[in-house]
Amino acid sequence: MSQTEIRTRPAGRRRHRLFNTEAHTALVFLLPSFLGLLIFLILPIAASLALSFSNWSLLSEPRFVGLSNYIRLLTVDPAFFNVLGNTLFFTVEYVILNLVVALGLATWIASLKRAQRWFRVVFFLPTFTPSIAVSMVWLLMFTPGGLVDAVFRTLGVHFPNLLINPHLAMQVIVIVTLWGNVGYNLILFNAALDLVPQSYLDAAEIDGAGPWQRFWKIRLPLISPTLFFGVVMTAITSLQVFDQIFVLTRGGPGSATATLGFAIYQYGFTNYQMGYASALAWVMFIIIMALTALQFWLQRKWVHYDS
Amino acid sequence: MTVVSYCGLTLVALAFLFPFFWMITNTIRPNAEVLAVPPRLLPEEYAWDTFAKAWNELPFGRFFINSFVVAGSVTVITVLVSTLSAYAFARLRFPGRGGLLTTYLATLMIPQVMLVIPLFLIVSRAGLTNTYLGMILPMAFSSFGAFLLRQFFLSIPKELEEAALIDGASRLRVLVSIIVPVSLPAIGLLSLFTFIGQWNNFLWPLIVVDDTAHATLPLGLTMFQTQQGTAWNFIMAGATLSMIPGIILAIGLQQLIYRGIAMSSGFGGR
Repeated sequence: MSQTEIRTRPAGRRRHRLFNTEAHTALVFLLPSFLGLLIFLILPIAASLALSFSNWSLLSEPRFVGLSNYIRLLTVDPAFFNVLGNTLFFTVEYVILNLVVALGLATWIASLKRAQRWFRVVFFLPTFTPSIAVSMVWLLMFTPGGLVDAVFRTLGVHFPNLLINPHLAMQVIVIVTLWGNVGYNLILFNAALDLVPQSYLDAAEIDGAGPWQRFWKIRLPLISPTLFFGVVMTAITSLQVFDQIFVLTRGGPGSATATLGFAIYQYGFTNYQMGYASALAWVMFIIIMALTALQFWLQRKWVHYDS
Repeated sequence: MTVVSYCGLTLVALAFLFPFFWMITNTIRPNAEVLAVPPRLLPEEYAWDTFAKAWNELPFGRFFINSFVVAGSVTVITVLVSTLSAYAFARLRFPGRGGLLTTYLATLMIPQVMLVIPLFLIVSRAGLTNTYLGMILPMAFSSFGAFLLRQFFLSIPKELEEAALIDGASRLRVLVSIIVPVSLPAIGLLSLFTFIGQWNNFLWPLIVVDDTAHATLPLGLTMFQTQQGTAWNFIMAGATLSMIPGIILAIGLQQLIYRGIAMSSGFGGR
């Protein structure tokens, strides 16, 4: 017993010293990233939470007001539920459209033998360009009396001035966002479809499965983890939509296209109500967390992992 | 059947590309024709010098340089910082590694809109509004790079660096001369996505900059949105200019992007 102890001790000490040097190196290697994260991510989160319990208008010192920002947004402020409704409406419609269009095009492209990569690039181009520039181009197309109005007139449809129509302006935001961002999910789904083993599809075909059956029964379940990832990420980013709204409508007409992301900017940097804007930001964060948790819970029902 | 499929998809693709067509044809026509009723698909009168005029009229050169400085600096800092921390997470043993890794992962969930107000508070208290530093530093420390590179470093066989370590090389030496050269595809991917992400970024410059001298391209574009009698052809010229790097990179590096996006789902999805 005591003999083994004597024999293992030096080895243990050496390992301990090695461990120390490694820990020391790790400290040096991690320091820049840790300091950056601390100053520009962790401290801001804490500050944001603190601000959300305060009344601060940039000019004066922040004043602690407890829960009153949250109480205000839930009870007094009629704008909040409008903003929340707009945000959820946009997110639901956009995520569904994005999923359908991206999956449809990805499947179409995957069915081709040649030129797959060129089609992928075409649909991906807007994703790699500034959403502000993209929105500017669409603003020109949707300008009253502009191209889109002319096309509608030729078709005999009466939707003039979509951007100043409170019922339809959000649809423009959805279209522009879809055009600008559908490429990412398209490539994601296309890559997943490429990984579905051809032998599965061949076997199903021999068993008499048609193209639709092969899609619904084989491809879709096999790529469901990727679909799941795509839906979660798309929902999280669309809850934050801002650039397109800033350029196309500035939240208008009235407040028909004001979403949470836009409202945070507006309260914070146009009205200088930093405390209230921070409370809105925390509402957004809570929604994102809840949504992510919900989706992780739901995925057990429809996502299949082949293990 | 196949021919129909190709033709159909080509038509969809052309329709999809139409906004680019509209943008470019509107940079080469006089401003009076941009809003002509009814709109003309092709210019009746060509104004080939719009681009040169816009460049002289609006400080697009300045915006272009600012965008390049900001996106380039953020990329360099991100790659340096991420490489170091990714190596520590992948290869070095130290107390609290698991916990720290989880903390890094958790910061990925935080929406950017939420950080904007406190970051503005920090940057303005430090007197960094309307400066390059104020535009660059808060954007340069995402933990995404650390995860991406860690994942790649873990796949590199340990034997590759063991010989050098036994010969007494330092960890930094091993990282620079053995790990980094092998990891160039992953580092390239991180640089590409960071650069484009910052090149396209709008919200942060909007918050932290209000002078023309520091405006990036996206911000500059909106600065001329409401000037009396919007010069649409100039703005379209600016939009075209701001899209060029992204379009070149997307076409030139299509395979790298494809693999990168495919990897991103493996990263969080499985």
